[in-house]
Amino acid sequence: MSLPEYERAGGYQGLRKALTMQPADVTELIKRSNLRGRGGAGFPTGSKWSFVPMGKDAPHPKYLVANADEMEPGTFKDRALMERDPHQLIEGMIVAAYAIEADIAYIFLRGEYEWPNQCLSKAIAEAKASNYLGRNILGSGYSLEIHLHASAGRYICGEETALLNALEGKRAHPRTKPPFPQVCGLWGKPTIVQNVETLCNVHHIVNKGPDWFRRLSLTEDGGTKLFGVSGKVKRPGLWELPMGTPLREILEDHAGGMRDGLRFRGLLPGGASTDFLVEEHLDTPMDYGNVQKVGSRLGTGTMVVLDDQTCPVGMVWNLEHFFAQESCGWCTPCWSGLAWTEKILLAMEQGRGSARDLETLTFQTKFLAPGNTFCALAPGAVEPLQSALKYFAEDFRRHIDEHRCPWR
Amino acid sequence: MLTVEEREEIDAKLADYPNTQAVAIEAMLIIQRRQGWVSDEKLRDLSEILRLSVANLDGVATFYNLIRRRPVGRHVALVCDSVSCWIMGSDRMRDHLCSKLGTPIGGTTSDGQFTLLPIVCLGACDHAPAMMIDGTLHEDLNEQKIEEILTQYT
Ligand SMILES: Cc1cc2nc3c(=O)[nH]c(=O)nc-3n(C[C@H](O)[C@H](O)[C@H](O)COP(=O)(O)O)c2cc1C
Ligand code: SF4
Ligand code: FES
Repeated sequence: MSLPEYERAGGYQGLRKALTMQPADVTELIKRSNLRGRGGAGFPTGSKWSFVPMGKDAPHPKYLVANADEMEPGTFKDRALMERDPHQLIEGMIVAAYAIEADIAYIFLRGEYEWPNQCLSKAIAEAKASNYLGRNILGSGYSLEIHLHASAGRYICGEETALLNALEGKRAHPRTKPPFPQVCGLWGKPTIVQNVETLCNVHHIVNKGPDWFRRLSLTEDGGTKLFGVSGKVKRPGLWELPMGTPLREILEDHAGGMRDGLRFRGLLPGGASTDFLVEEHLDTPMDYGNVQKVGSRLGTGTMVVLDDQTCPVGMVWNLEHFFAQESCGWCTPCWSGLAWTEKILLAMEQGRGSARDLETLTFQTKFLAPGNTFCALAPGAVEPLQSALKYFAEDFRRHIDEHRCPWR
Repeated sequence: MLTVEEREEIDAKLADYPNTQAVAIEAMLIIQRRQGWVSDEKLRDLSEILRLSVANLDGVATFYNLIRRRPVGRHVALVCDSVSCWIMGSDRMRDHLCSKLGTPIGGTTSDGQFTLLPIVCLGACDHAPAMMIDGTLHEDLNEQKIEEILTQYT
């Protein structure tokens, strides 16, 4: 969407309105809207902003960073937002930056996203030319620059503190928390890191109000959500739907159900680092709280569907291969534990598994659980594994007993 | 020697950040976009303009997947091996591609036309299997499509 098209659709009205408000009041609106971060963890966005030091004595420059790294396998939502409606992200960023009195903003963009890069570069230039960006925005006295930063690729760069190191031009190891980035982030200054989809909601909330936003949802968590489905369904795709839309509706009405001759076995609800859900969970309303109640996480809301002709052990091997490769190597349980896990799963796929391997895999899911590693990569990595061991136990056992993969 | 265009593009980036360390990654990518990879010589030149040690730059370069310190072919094909593509048969597509080009993943064809590299999820999972050649995404791959695509590049 070009700038004139975006403006005709009501674009930059949220920004105009925000600039007439006090920054703290913008944050208050976001708090009341119940917007939760769309990057995977679901932290309330307004609360996050309220930790940023404000006012005359606050350290400057303050920074806002759009997390456009999107390397989670199975996740393809931010790409679509940036390609099709780049101004929506830019407007959201300006409003968010205004709310925390940020001076400089960065878009941390995945290096392979070359087309999104071009769309965003053009949109930033257009926004600048129309004084939505730059010095003294629309005569308000507020100034902001947005810089586009292309990453050189590592999954860990998406983790917010590792992202800060990557932006500073260093190796992307995560940082110790506290201090939290809101207080001590980029170059030691207050910084908010926010997912692309989260930011795309911000100016709509300012424009139409928090109550409007909450009413868009079918459940407690406010707003709409981009839901995506990939795998062997009839119509893989991406849809904006009310938060809380039942899983069955997404799979059957929107994705068209399974392809002919295939049966549904399970799915990862929100990317590679979420627990499997199976048939008994199909009536779950898809929001943060309800997905957690059934033992998984909404994550990024982009689902990967497993059918009955695809090997679950092979699928989990593929996932652990990814995580083992992308471990940043900072802490031993993660880099060595994930490599070990991957090796066992590969051996099992190749018919070299033994009964003891199941114990080892179960041990790994506990050993790499939250609290045992420096960041959330390792706990995320064992989520699909622990749930696969539970729901597809029979498939694991067959690999061991038959000394082969039954799907090959 | 860095070319004039490389210098200009890197200088423009310097304005976006408070210090030169922060430009290190993007500067290497700027060089790579033109040369295909970052040679020792280019790294040395870069270390002079950024006033950072070669060891510092190399340490950063080796951490990241997209910075290449070895030469590649004229075209680079990044073949997605992540979960959605795997479910949709990326293994078969990869084997087909490799046998068509006569090189394994990680290798370069003998005529120097193509280098094949693995990549994680390209964010095109609803059109899996996918690959990217020189920044252009190719989706919904099947054997026939792969052959059509290859003819565009030869
Ligand atoms: C290993 C790892 C990778 C992550 N990758 C991303 C990512 O690519 N994009 C993203 O928005 N958040 C990612 N996150 C979550 C971020 O750390 C952070 O929670 C998020 O950007 C906050 O934004 P939100 O509150 O808008 O969701 C990742 C987290 C971990 C542990
Ligand atoms: S858990 Fe893994 S990715 Fe996170 S810091 Fe440790 S080694 Fe790095
Ligand atoms: S898994 Fe291949 S593009 Fe997402």
